[in-house]
Parts: sequence; C-alpha cells; structure tokens
Amino acid sequence: MQDLLRRYGATLTGAFVVLTAFWLLALVILPNVTLFESSFRYYLPVVDIGGPKDVYTLANYQKFINNPVETSFLGIPFTMPIHMITFFNTVIFSAIVTVITFVLSYPLAYYLAKMVSPASLPTLILLLFIPLWVSEALRAFAWYIILTFNGPLNSSLVGLGLLDSPIRWQNGVVTAYDAIVIGLVYTYVLFMVFPIYGSIQSLDRNQIEAAEDLGAKWWQTHWRVVLPHAKPGIASGCVMVFMLSAGSLLVPTVLPSTRSNWFTQTIQVLMLESQDWNSGAAYSFLYILLCTVVVTLVMWLFKVKLSDIAK
Amino acid sequence: MHRKRNLLGHLYMGAFLFYLFVPLAIMGGAAFNDSRLPSVYPWKGWTGRWFAELFADQVMWTSFINTILVALAVVALAVPLGTAGAILINSISGKVRGALYGLMVAPILMPGAVIGISTLLFWNHANVPPGLHLSVFGQVSYIAAFVMLLVLARLQSFDPALEEAALDLGASHGQVLRRILLPHLAPALGAGAAIAFFQSIENFNVTLFTRGTSNTLTVYVFSKVRSGITPTINALALILISVTIVCAIWYEIARRRAERRALLLERTATLESAAMLESAA
Repeated sequence: MQDLLRRYGATLTGAFVVLTAFWLLALVILPNVTLFESSFRYYLPVVDIGGPKDVYTLANYQKFINNPVETSFLGIPFTMPIHMITFFNTVIFSAIVTVITFVLSYPLAYYLAKMVSPASLPTLILLLFIPLWVSEALRAFAWYIILTFNGPLNSSLVGLGLLDSPIRWQNGVVTAYDAIVIGLVYTYVLFMVFPIYGSIQSLDRNQIEAAEDLGAKWWQTHWRVVLPHAKPGIASGCVMVFMLSAGSLLVPTVLPSTRSNWFTQTIQVLMLESQDWNSGAAYSFLYILLCTVVVTLVMWLFKVKLSDIAK
Repeated sequence: MHRKRNLLGHLYMGAFLFYLFVPLAIMGGAAFNDSRLPSVYPWKGWTGRWFAELFADQVMWTSFINTILVALAVVALAVPLGTAGAILINSISGKVRGALYGLMVAPILMPGAVIGISTLLFWNHANVPPGLHLSVFGQVSYIAAFVMLLVLARLQSFDPALEEAALDLGASHGQVLRRILLPHLAPALGAGAAIAFFQSIENFNVTLFTRGTSNTLTVYVFSKVRSGITPTINALALILISVTIVCAIWYEIARRRAERRALLLERTATLESAAMLESAA
C-alpha cells in the first residue's frame, strides 16, 4: 500500500481503491448479502412490503423439504421431497459428467503436452478452441439434432445394421439424464483439457524417461509421476466442469427427457414463471453452499490452494 | 513401443477432433435442408430460404445489436476494474491479500444463475429496474476477475526499478502509469479485453435473469429452441461458426507469418555475424 502511494501518488492510488471497492462491493458482496437477506423473507405483494407481515422466516427453505414423492435409487424405493430429488440428481449427474470429461481429457492433455511435435501444437490448440467460441446454446442444439428420433444417429445405426429399430435417445436409454450428460460432456470437455494440459506441460520430460528407464510400466509412470504432477490442473478442471454442469440451464432445457429436471430449471421456474424471487433467492443460496462445499472438498482432496484452482 | 504409442496418440487426437467438429458440421448442414424440422436426414433438397427468413427476422437483429452493445460495455467496465484490482492486490501481502483474492475469484466459480439473481435482487432494492444494464453489471462481476488474473500474471514479470528510475528522473505519477506500467501491461489488457468481449457474447445465465424484456443473441437462440424450432437457428449457427473459423484461420496465418519473419530475422542475423567474422578475419 505504501509502495503504491509512493509510485502513483494519492490520486491514482485512490482511484485504484475506488474501482476495486466498486467491483467488490456493488457487484459482488452487496448483491450476495441482498440474496441472503431476501431468502429469509416472505414473498409479498408490493403493498405489504415493510408492513407487519414483512418478517424473517425459514418458509422459503422449508419448500425445499416439502412435497415428498416416491422414488427409488439403485432399486431401493424411498420417499424424498421433490426439489431435493432434483438437487441430488443435479449433483450426481454433474459428478458423472466430471468423471467422463476427465477420462476423455487426460489422454488428450498428455498427448498435447508431451507427445505432439512442437510445430503443430499451436494449430491443434487453435482447432480445439474453435468449438469453445461457438455458443453453448448452439452446441447443445447440435446434439438435439443428432439425438432426435428421426436424426442422423438413429438412421446411420439402423443403416449399418447395429440397431433393429430407432431409439428415443433423448428419453434416456440408461437413465432419464442420458441426453443431458452427453450434451454437458460435449459442452464442457475443453474446460478439463486445458487445465490438465497446462499442468502436465510443466513436468520435466526427464522424469518420465527416468521412470521408464527404471522399468516402470506405462501405467506406473502415469500413476506415480504424471498424475501427481498434474494434480492442480485436475483439481481446477474438475471444479470448473462440475460447477458449469451443475449451473447449466441451457443444456438441460435443450436436451430434456420427460422425467429429467435440473436444479437450475427449478430456480428458473421460481424466478421467471412464479415470480417468487424470495424462494429463488433461497434456492440460489443452496447453490452457493454446494459450490463452497465442492471447492473446499476438492482443495482438501487434492491438497491444492484456491489460487491453483482459479487460473 | 514408442512409435506404437505415438500412433495411438495421433489416432486419439483425430478421433477427438472428429467428436468436436461433426456435431457442428451436422448442425451447419441442416441449415440448407429444405425441411420444416432442423435435420440433415432425410435430405429434402438444397434451399437458401432459412437464411432469408433469418435476415428478415427483426428480433434477431435487435438481439444481435444488444449483444454487441452489452459486450462493449462489459469490456469498458471489466478491464479498468480488473486492472485496478490486480495492481492493488499485487502491492499487498498476507491475510488481506488472501481474502481479497478469494472475493475476486469467487464469482468465477459461482453459477451464472446465482450471479444473475443476486444482481437482480440488489439493484431491485435500489429501485433500479431490470434490463441490459443489469446484465452488464452481473457479467462484469465475474469477467473482471479474468482480467484481474491476466494482469496479475503479467505484473509478475514487471521490474519496479523502472518506475523508481522514472520517478527519480522527475516523472509525475500519471506519467509513470501511462508511460511505464500500462505499456508493460498492454498484452494482458488486450487479451483481457478480448476474453471479456467473448465471455459476454457467450453469456446466457446471468443475462436471462437480469435482462428484463430485452433480448441478446443467446437468449434469442434459447427462446427459439424452446418454442418450435425451425432451421433458421441452423442458419444462424452456420454463420456464427463460419465467422469463428475465418477468425481462427486469419489468426493462424498471422501467427505463421510472424514465425517465419522471426526465423528470417534470425537467419539474416547469423549470416551477418558470419560475414562480419569473415571480414574481420
């Protein structure tokens, strides 16, 4: 701080402080405080706001544990509140998406970092970036076209004789969320590739060669040398993909099945269709909690710092 | 052994690119199919009418203009805010730095819908009605963090002695900022502006909750996809993908040219030094 004053003088330092304060207060802290505060208030008509009915309450959070319905997990039937089911489905399938993207990304990241010739690397990276610049809505829409009943996937599989009759992919073959998982993996896989690529790149090639010379099998080299080194990148990619998937609204809306529901869709209905902003705030706060838990968990599991994750 | 593994690597890379690009190609191809539903199969013949319908759609044009205006506003706000944040955080250390850093990067990890909703509620309390201005505020809250990270990284390679020297030689504080710090940060500022622009164009979640009744391109696509799809969306998709690919090719050509020029310079330099050595001998 002293240092800033000496270099840039009081006026400029003041300007830096004011700009940062505007960012953090008006755009980050106060909106979240308002969100938190609103989540404990009743949803009231305008005339009643500030009146005797305008008191703090937990009613908005209670909605989360209302309306229990019959459901089953792994064949075991039980009852659970409907919004909680949506929430847990969102968490579980986002985790599945994260695992699939990791499996797809790791070999590619390793290839880009250690196997490809340096001359063609920039071109490949640029090629990988192109789909990233195409809007998320359109990437989900592309899969909608592929997976429709009369779409190219069914017709080519039937044409090749692999299928006897077309399948309703979007309604789910394994679970009700198949199409959503396919769409999310396609949309966010590159958010896993690039952080892992970045962290493998800094690994000294000699370490890999040393492991090989000492007789390590290829999987031992990866398990004991490359993966531990890539940990910060993997942590970063996992957090990004998980949060983007859990927070996605476009993909679950474009690629839904009749039985699928994503937690963002629940919030969207509350906010924009029921106009119940207070319940929307309460549910958003649950998202913040989820986000905090996931980031903390990953930092603890991978033993990395926040500055390793947010790069 | 190594050759076999390399071959596997190349194959995987090829398969991955196939996986990334085929859906885009199918989506683009459907723009020319003369069928009411967006599909490449069954093929009902070539048509250009989806492009004509798209260009006749006034809502699409207003959405497009709104998207550009919002993106420019986001750049204009996020670059100074993020830069100021980076300069500030670079000059402090310890717990305060950690706390500030956490606050700054937290919005990157937060779901867009939550950012949108909190922005909407806060400004609603301050009696500011929803609209695209709130979309700008919501987007800046996390896009400024990208700028901050880029500038912070660039500041690591900055030599503070340059500023000391300038001050000793009688430069004013404003001159130090303008002539020394900002030129050093220029690449990061440029990259930050580009990222802010593209992030803003891409944004959907924040915009959906804050936009009021205005449309941006992503919201337009979203509402089209939800309410009866026609291949006009494919036409729009094909145009956007083509623009992206043209930009990418242009960037690639520029990069290769720069590389070749650097190589050429290096060669002439070695030739010259060789000639000089010769003449000296």
